[in-house]
Amino acid sequence: MLNTDISIVLPEIVLALFAMAALLFGVYTKKDKVAGPILWATSAVLAAIGIWIAMSPAGTHTAFNGAFVDDSFARFAKVTILLSAAAVLLMSADFMYRRGLLRFEYPILVALSAVGMMMMVSAGDLMALYMGLELQSLALYVVAALNRDSLKSTEAGLKYFVLGALSSGILLYGASLVYGFAGSTVFSDIIVSAEGHIPLGLLFGLTFVIMGLAFKVSAVPFHMWAPDVYEGSPTPVTAFFATAPKMAAMGLFARVVHDAFGMAVADWSQIIALLAVASMFVGSIAAIGQRNIKRLMAYSSITHMGFALMGLAAGTALGVQAMLVYMVIYVTMNIGTFAFIMSMEKDGVPVTDISALKQYSKHEPLRALALLLLMFSLAGVPPLLGFFGKFYVLKAAVDANMTWLATAGAIASVIGAFYYLRIVYYMYFGENEEETLDGTMAPTQWVFLMASAAIMLLGLVNMFGVDGYAAMAAEALVK
Amino acid sequence: MAEFLATPLGIFVLIFAQVLAIIAFVMISLLFLVWGDRKIWAAVQMRKGPNIVGAYGLLQSVADALKYVVKEVVVPAGADKPLFFLAPMVAFVMSMLTWAVLPFNDGWVLADMNVAVLYVFAIGGLEVYGVIIGGWASNSKYPFLGAMRSAAQMISYEVSIGLILIGVIISTGSLNFSDIVRAQDGNYGFFSWYWLPHFPMVFLFFISSLAETNRPPFDLPEAESELVAGFMVEYSATVYLLYMAGEYIAIFMMCGLISVLFFGGWLSPIPGLPDGVLWMFGKMVFFFFIFAMVKAITPRYRYDQLMRIGWKVFLPLSLAWVVIVSFLAHFGAFGGAYARWAIGG
Amino acid sequence: MGVADFAFYIFAISAVIGGLFTVVSKNPVHSVLWLILAFLSSAGLFVLLGAEFVAMLLVIVYVGAVAVLFMFVVMMIDVDFAELRGQMAKYVPIALLIGVVLLLELSLAFGTWQVSNNAEAVRAAIAPDMAEVTNTAALGQLVYEKYIYLFQTAGLILLVAMIGAIVLTLRHRVNIKRQNVMEQMHRDPAKAMEVIDVKPGQGL
Repeated sequence: MLNTDISIVLPEIVLALFAMAALLFGVYTKKDKVAGPILWATSAVLAAIGIWIAMSPAGTHTAFNGAFVDDSFARFAKVTILLSAAAVLLMSADFMYRRGLLRFEYPILVALSAVGMMMMVSAGDLMALYMGLELQSLALYVVAALNRDSLKSTEAGLKYFVLGALSSGILLYGASLVYGFAGSTVFSDIIVSAEGHIPLGLLFGLTFVIMGLAFKVSAVPFHMWAPDVYEGSPTPVTAFFATAPKMAAMGLFARVVHDAFGMAVADWSQIIALLAVASMFVGSIAAIGQRNIKRLMAYSSITHMGFALMGLAAGTALGVQAMLVYMVIYVTMNIGTFAFIMSMEKDGVPVTDISALKQYSKHEPLRALALLLLMFSLAGVPPLLGFFGKFYVLKAAVDANMTWLATAGAIASVIGAFYYLRIVYYMYFGENEEETLDGTMAPTQWVFLMASAAIMLLGLVNMFGVDGYAAMAAEALVK
Repeated sequence: MAEFLATPLGIFVLIFAQVLAIIAFVMISLLFLVWGDRKIWAAVQMRKGPNIVGAYGLLQSVADALKYVVKEVVVPAGADKPLFFLAPMVAFVMSMLTWAVLPFNDGWVLADMNVAVLYVFAIGGLEVYGVIIGGWASNSKYPFLGAMRSAAQMISYEVSIGLILIGVIISTGSLNFSDIVRAQDGNYGFFSWYWLPHFPMVFLFFISSLAETNRPPFDLPEAESELVAGFMVEYSATVYLLYMAGEYIAIFMMCGLISVLFFGGWLSPIPGLPDGVLWMFGKMVFFFFIFAMVKAITPRYRYDQLMRIGWKVFLPLSLAWVVIVSFLAHFGAFGGAYARWAIGG
Repeated sequence: MGVADFAFYIFAISAVIGGLFTVVSKNPVHSVLWLILAFLSSAGLFVLLGAEFVAMLLVIVYVGAVAVLFMFVVMMIDVDFAELRGQMAKYVPIALLIGVVLLLELSLAFGTWQVSNNAEAVRAAIAPDMAEVTNTAALGQLVYEKYIYLFQTAGLILLVAMIGAIVLTLRHRVNIKRQNVMEQMHRDPAKAMEVIDVKPGQGL
């Protein structure tokens, strides 16, 4: 019994053991002087485990009395999480090193947080859900405050921690109501506990759980922390926040509403639709006034979460598939964009004001072109991959008879296009008063920027087959 | 009579009588322990010690106690009055409470709890409040420093005490003190007791209990050369008496714990001789003698040394010991010496 | 009213009073002490439920360790809570509004509260048979066998918390004197000092 259970969670165990071994290695050798090798090794291990999971045989396995579920949905999400975490780690090495922030604990915390994310998307039990969520969040709170001599970074860490703790409290309260009703924390028991109709108590529990999760995906009206945390954290950490944890939280969201509350689709679908609409509009409109590119990306991610939630709100297998495809495209775009943001500096000091990008195309035409592609894709301009992501979720919403939601999404995406295009405008037509950015860029950052931009173009052909895997994953989740 | 004792009132009276008996035993022992402590200390330093009141000064403690009680209690002007008085009471009451679960003989125990070990540990953890609250409520620098030191010290050493206890619990398979003593009842008398299989831990436990009870060489909280008298600076008369009595009661309790956990409680060391309460009492007095000797012959530790051995030496050692004992118990090593529950001994 | 009922009311009332005064008392140190009272009373309630192991752990962990550290912090930092309260007064109306709305919602949920038909059976299925094992053993079986996955994860979470505390606070200051105990212990008196025979009237 225990042996089969362990073989099912083996990837998580391997990653956790690696993190502990790396911690011991770091502590007993040269501490921060070996941070570089540890970072590269962590990145390699994350990618290797991602490939391992991608290669592992299909099928659904549960372990530990249903607390852990390994199905195509979990595997799809895990591969995305692990590969994006590996990519972000790789491109952050140079930035962290030059700012003196390359502590050896940083990659280890990222690895442990990845373990938490893997547990989240595999959660089959309210307790496992909470444990995974806390493991993930706790590591993130710490890395947010990694630059402890900076007031903003400390503030980011503290703010994230306090609000995260509040959201965990709300989530736990909801979970206890659900447990009170169902008498069990296992999703498969919860879904059969309500025969036909959903009593008010369970509905409150569901709402509280959704609120807690909405906090983690930074959906409006639970988004207040995101801009400050994105701005204050060191840029590589912001890049990490914008990618893997978002995928994990979305995966968890989909798993909870479908696995545990699949009997009440109509009830949660309207809550999620509301969150989606609010996120899309607030994210798009609030971003217009932002001059700081990190805050801008925070609002951008809020908008994108709105779109992803739209897929979820559809409540169908197609909706989940659309959400997964959307998330993969979103994560890829963000990796490229943040690779660029990390390289933005003037005289060796990081710059975050978007007006510094004026006339950038004159100095670095290739990079400007790559960023242009990414911005167009983020805005959802037709020939690029970002458009297909949006198209998928809108289609899912229309198919689920939520035309109003799709219409709202289309309007929001038009509004949101403004600020992405402004960056492009600055790069190509901006009036330049001051000096431009330094021309330096670390090789890893350059590679990720170019690769991400290239994917936005080349992905048009068949999306590298991600579509099909997403369909399989959605099939596994929505029975 | 037997019928009366079965009624609720009868049970109450019976328990009350037992409680009184234990309190009386502890208080009377206390008088002579304090005297013994001073006598031993004096003997080591080639002084006479108390020798005026009563034969050999035996009644010195009685005289002291009387003096404390009839003197005036001075309360500092800025003190937090309710807490100032609460603190010594907490210190005294908590150290008394632990006696409820200590078995003096087979069946001679006030509350034969399943989780007695945890109970002692929990109440022991509360004793620290007497010190912290007292130091803070005095509203004065030295007491506050003493309180801080003592809190850090007691928490640090509680950790290793707890881990050592786990080793004993694993060997016994029970959290009950009587069961722990019975598990040590073997064919070899003295050599069946836990001190042999848990040999290195006996010393760790003894040293930790010195630190836990703020005894020299770990009496940093009161360190008269630096802090005058630490958390007790502002205390006088009866409230001081409560503190001091609480401290000695806690020390005597620690002697009881060592006897029960590692030295077979009421069991006789020589096979053939009858077991009984006298053995238990003798062991407790013997360990108190060692406590007193340590006080007399060791110089005080420096604070950083104290913290260092607590966290960097005792904690890893006792943690490793838990792992080792788990393995030895699981595989029944040394004829089941570590797994007494399995061999039914 | 039996002894158990009487004890229940005593513990329940003191737990509520402890909680109340934790919030309202002016002095933060008193707040912590009231909190300890609340902890102790809930430990008493656990004992009444027959869960003496959990009760003792509550006292050991929360009262014996966590609250001591609370107390440490509260005594050391000199926060003017009255001033903080003054700032908070601005937000009291909105906080009150949210509180009332939540309370209404929850009373609604409570008023129509119902439990799934098979909840009782599902709940009972998890716990081992209490006739066969003591409750400490039952707890052990659940934590170390059934919920081993969650137990180990809790360990990982604590590891992350420890790493976090160290990453964010540990600074190795240079240019200060440190106590090196090993060096101190291995000092050789023969090398550390020299005995000089000073002749009277000559000096060194």
